[in-house]
Amino acid sequence: MAMIIPGGTTEPAVPIELTGLGPSAGRSGRSRSPALRALAGMGKAVRSNRKASWGAGLLLFFCLVTIVTAIVSHGNPNQTGQFKVGLGPSWHHLLGTNGNGEDLFSQVIWGARPVLEIAFGVGLASTGIAVLVGVAAAYLGGIWDNVLSLLTDILLVIPLFPLLIVIAGYLNGASTGVMIAVLTLTGWSFTARQLRSQALSLRKRDFLEAARVRGERPIYIIIVEIIPTMTSLLVASFLTNALYAVLFSSSLQFIGLGDPNQVSWGTMLRAAENNEAFQTGQTLWIIAPGLCIVALGAAFALLNYAFDEVGNPALRPVRRQKQPRSLRRTSATS
Amino acid sequence: MRFVLRRLGFFLLTLWAALTLNFALPRLMPGNPAVAMIAKFKGGVSPQALHTLEVQFGVNTRHSVISQYFSYLKDVATGNFGTSLSEYPASVGHIIMQAIFWTLGLVGLTTVLAFIFGTLIGIVGAWRRGGVLDSVMPPVFVITSVVPYFWLGLVLILIFGVKLHWLPYINSYSYTDTPGFTLSFIWDVIQHAILPAFTLLITTIGTWILTMRNTMITTLADDYVRMARAKGLSSRRIMFDYAARNAILPNLTGFAMSLGFVLGGAILVEYVFNYQGVGFWLLAAVNNDDYPLMQALFLLITVAVLVAILLSDIATAILDPRTRDAG
Repeated sequence: MAMIIPGGTTEPAVPIELTGLGPSAGRSGRSRSPALRALAGMGKAVRSNRKASWGAGLLLFFCLVTIVTAIVSHGNPNQTGQFKVGLGPSWHHLLGTNGNGEDLFSQVIWGARPVLEIAFGVGLASTGIAVLVGVAAAYLGGIWDNVLSLLTDILLVIPLFPLLIVIAGYLNGASTGVMIAVLTLTGWSFTARQLRSQALSLRKRDFLEAARVRGERPIYIIIVEIIPTMTSLLVASFLTNALYAVLFSSSLQFIGLGDPNQVSWGTMLRAAENNEAFQTGQTLWIIAPGLCIVALGAAFALLNYAFDEVGNPALRPVRRQKQPRSLRRTSATS
Repeated sequence: MRFVLRRLGFFLLTLWAALTLNFALPRLMPGNPAVAMIAKFKGGVSPQALHTLEVQFGVNTRHSVISQYFSYLKDVATGNFGTSLSEYPASVGHIIMQAIFWTLGLVGLTTVLAFIFGTLIGIVGAWRRGGVLDSVMPPVFVITSVVPYFWLGLVLILIFGVKLHWLPYINSYSYTDTPGFTLSFIWDVIQHAILPAFTLLITTIGTWILTMRNTMITTLADDYVRMARAKGLSSRRIMFDYAARNAILPNLTGFAMSLGFVLGGAILVEYVFNYQGVGFWLLAAVNNDDYPLMQALFLLITVAVLVAILLSDIATAILDPRTRDAG
């Protein structure tokens, strides 16, 4: 929901860093830089928060699979007619083969790479643009702020997916690089808005005044003083953008606007749909790549949700205490 | 008043930006896609239609880009979007009118249902903090929010269509049926709508629940709720009249906005179920290089969103006095 509320209701209520990110972060890390403190808080979350551990584990798993495949395997998973058509799952073909005689397991493994490339590429690039635009708007103020904010707001309200479809339609399909570029150029505005309001709330803080009095240049203040204090927001921005890149790029590939010659989960689903995989009993052809998209998306979403919980204690799950019925009633009415 | 005027100004500006983007995109793309499109349809359409196309996309004309731009704006203002190429000789306007009907019916109704059920579940979940509903919901909806619409649609087709044969999953009504206001036809339409509607409901209800729950949790900690409890009011009364009433604002404005996303929000669901709405035609246009239809549909979807945002801003100003001062 938050993604489509441009009315200014999504400003972070409390700057997350000020809450110290976890009880011990404040104690042990007073002297450390805010960036390190935020990262330490996240590291702790990954170890102690179950959602964060799951998210980190899944993400690590997909990254390892991709790296190992790239090193070990030299096969081409997209070679039609390599194997017998329509085999069931077996030791030779863990997920069986499809109607084109391709091994589904190796396609799923190979398919992880473009998706991860797009997720990380878009996550990093969008966050970069969002930082530049958001912080510059907040720090420079005046006409700069007006122009940059207007640009952000306009991009924010134009429906993203139809726009992507139209652009990819004119391009007649998008390879990985083009996909990253298009998703980045259209998708940075949401996080730019968040980063701007965070930077605005920092503007009048003493440490920035001090830097100004010291005579530091604006670019130094932005990079060395402001950006490190926003580390957790930057991580959140990366995760949000990466998640949307996974979903949008898979969707575009599914409707045939990706690179048809490259194996990825979205193009696998398209091929399956075109070959009427369900009607011909090739269920795994659709189930396997879909589950991979869900798992990778869930990895980003779980991490984001867990870090959000760390920063905003009100959202943390309440431990349900076992207590006699009469007691529960009094506690509910008190 | 100042707030509303500002939002109106922003609306006009974004409208202009969307119109200009629509005009500029094909001209900015590498290797001008319009040339390929015109070459593809040469001979298939009348010379006059071909000429209109060339003017529309600035191919082989002596008109400057500026004058092309103004004639484009004039065409849009008068609702003249030209002829569809893939459905030649039907006009773009004709196709759009039919598509809107199906999309509004399916997606519009589902949006309303998702809002009502989602908000109710969110209220109850926050009220029984720590209960079963409250502890199960968030993790479940973290997962459903990352399930791609189209894939969920495919899975539902597999289970209820292909395996169980319970429901039809292609088209918005049976080909054998003649459209009309007969009971059997309406029943047929409803049956065809169940699976796509269910797909949308599952994937969209989570955001309503989570937004409502999170705002409600904050509201429940407020003093007036404590006061209401101290007065000994019934839980029902506190839950709905005190807490939910004040917590519902983000959901209400979100609802106003989501109405704008009705037209363009279910593109992939319509595609998967071959449901001939706005999204289905947008993809058909893209796949057939039918740029006039594609441009018109993109504009339609965008304008719907922009209007909804304007309306939800005005609604917020009316419902929440604090925003009025914010100007």
